[in-house]
Amino acid sequence: MNEIYFNADAGYLEGIVRGYRDGLITAPQYLNLTQCETMDDLKLQLATTDYASFLQNEPSPMSTSTLSARCTDALVAEFQYLQQNAAEPISKFLDYITYGYMIDNVVLLITGTLHERDTHDLLEKCHPLGFFDTMPALCVATTVQDLYSTVLVDSPLAGYFRECLSAEDLNELNIEIIRNTLHKAYLEDFYAYCQNLGEPTASIMADIIRLEADRRTVNITINSFGTELSKDDRAKLYPRLGNMYPEAQTRLARVDDMDQVKAILEQYGEYKAMLLGVSLNSTSGSSGGNELSLEDRFFSKEVQLNKDSFEQQFHYGVFYSWLRLKEQEIRNIVWIAECISQQQKDKINNYTSIY
Amino acid sequence: MGGAYSYSSYSRNLLGATVASVAVWAGLYLLLTGRGERFNVGGYLLRLSPYMWALYGISFCIGLSVVGAAWGIFIAGSSILGGAVRTPRIATKNLISIIFCEVVAIYGVIMAIVFSAKIQAVNSTMGFSRSDYYTGFSLFWGGLAVGLSNLICGLAVGITGSNAAVADAHDQQLFVKILVIEIFGSVIGLFGLIVGLLVTGKAEDFAGII
Repeated sequence: MNEIYFNADAGYLEGIVRGYRDGLITAPQYLNLTQCETMDDLKLQLATTDYASFLQNEPSPMSTSTLSARCTDALVAEFQYLQQNAAEPISKFLDYITYGYMIDNVVLLITGTLHERDTHDLLEKCHPLGFFDTMPALCVATTVQDLYSTVLVDSPLAGYFRECLSAEDLNELNIEIIRNTLHKAYLEDFYAYCQNLGEPTASIMADIIRLEADRRTVNITINSFGTELSKDDRAKLYPRLGNMYPEAQTRLARVDDMDQVKAILEQYGEYKAMLLGVSLNSTSGSSGGNELSLEDRFFSKEVQLNKDSFEQQFHYGVFYSWLRLKEQEIRNIVWIAECISQQQKDKINNYTSIY
Repeated sequence: MGGAYSYSSYSRNLLGATVASVAVWAGLYLLLTGRGERFNVGGYLLRLSPYMWALYGISFCIGLSVVGAAWGIFIAGSSILGGAVRTPRIATKNLISIIFCEVVAIYGVIMAIVFSAKIQAVNSTMGFSRSDYYTGFSLFWGGLAVGLSNLICGLAVGITGSNAAVADAHDQQLFVKILVIEIFGSVIGLFGLIVGLLVTGKAEDFAGII
């Protein structure tokens, strides 16, 4: 019976988000983009998309970082329009989506301050969607307890710090552990919140969040090879969600190389198809030719799930899915721009087309 | 005490238990003291004025129809507004969904007018006739039938109208196909209208015992 009252709060916003989704770049347009020779050509091709108004005032020649920044500005403007027109309960959902960016910003500010970077530069590098009021005060970073009691206890992230207040000093390893612990707490909280929203939001968001948790689990595993992270600590960083929880996570906590990771992933039907052809050195493009890395394959699986969420109406999943699809599109555009500007056209087709 | 209960659910359970126990006490009292026949549903129904039944029917007819129409209009309208920001061409075509919802309210008004024409003053000193009681009951149930079916019809047309707007914004050719589904939905209101007319067809105006 969700349909009879969903439109009271979120009908207009759902129409807006579906309009945004209709503006995503299609596969033929991507082909046009890959055939551009210079960045100016690329800018001309992008003038027919939703990014036109953000790119038209940039002077030529345009660098890829500027392109990425302007495209992100377009994304942020669209999302902020949604936030400004949202009331409870849809506004709470949109806030939950921004908490992930807040975590990244907090970690960025702490890391940058430890390396004695300029505060102003750091604040410019923060993601605009994850901005909260007391964020600039984070630049006075000493210990996590201080940070928490002065700044973070009033922020929306307060509840996620329960598990990492014991980190003693803020060195490189501990910062990453803090980031992953925060993100784990955030994912579990988001999952529980979505389950309370009722059908069909609960089932659609559950699938998407489970995939995200699995992706994080695999990434944490792969990134911890060769570091001094103990197996127990690694197991504590895995989110308690996902298809891999709890059996595969206990096994993944003990592996030491990619072959074993692949062996564990192959036992899940949905990930087995994803693993065909992935080589051992899985950074994007380095495996030679046009093969996609494991991370790219996770992205394409995520794109599939996000596209599917638009098949149903009257649920909140479309907002989250649109945001992820738009981010994937920006990644694609930046990848194509990098290939063009560095004149390495052989890997230019390693993007994940959405429509 | 109720460790796992919140205070509001505790007081709701207490209220429910009190009402239930009073009802059971009253029922057993009547039954066991031989006054069971005082619980006389039929006599109660006959003591109520047929005017009350008739007017309840008319107000349900128009009231529920209008609720259904308004509900459907807001469901479809908010999606049309959202979709039209990016795709302005859908705005005029999708007004047809709003019109289908509005038609539901018009059915309610027509039936209310037809029903209210049967209500006249009774100028008899001997009270209501049997035909009057029939008129009262048939207007009540006829009005309720029209009102409920229009309520559900408004909802159905509103939801499919919202789907049509969203699909039209994405792909123009889908609109006519979803409109067919919407037409089937709006027929439900028509069914209610027909049944209401049939039920009240034999009812005569209020006249009293002549």
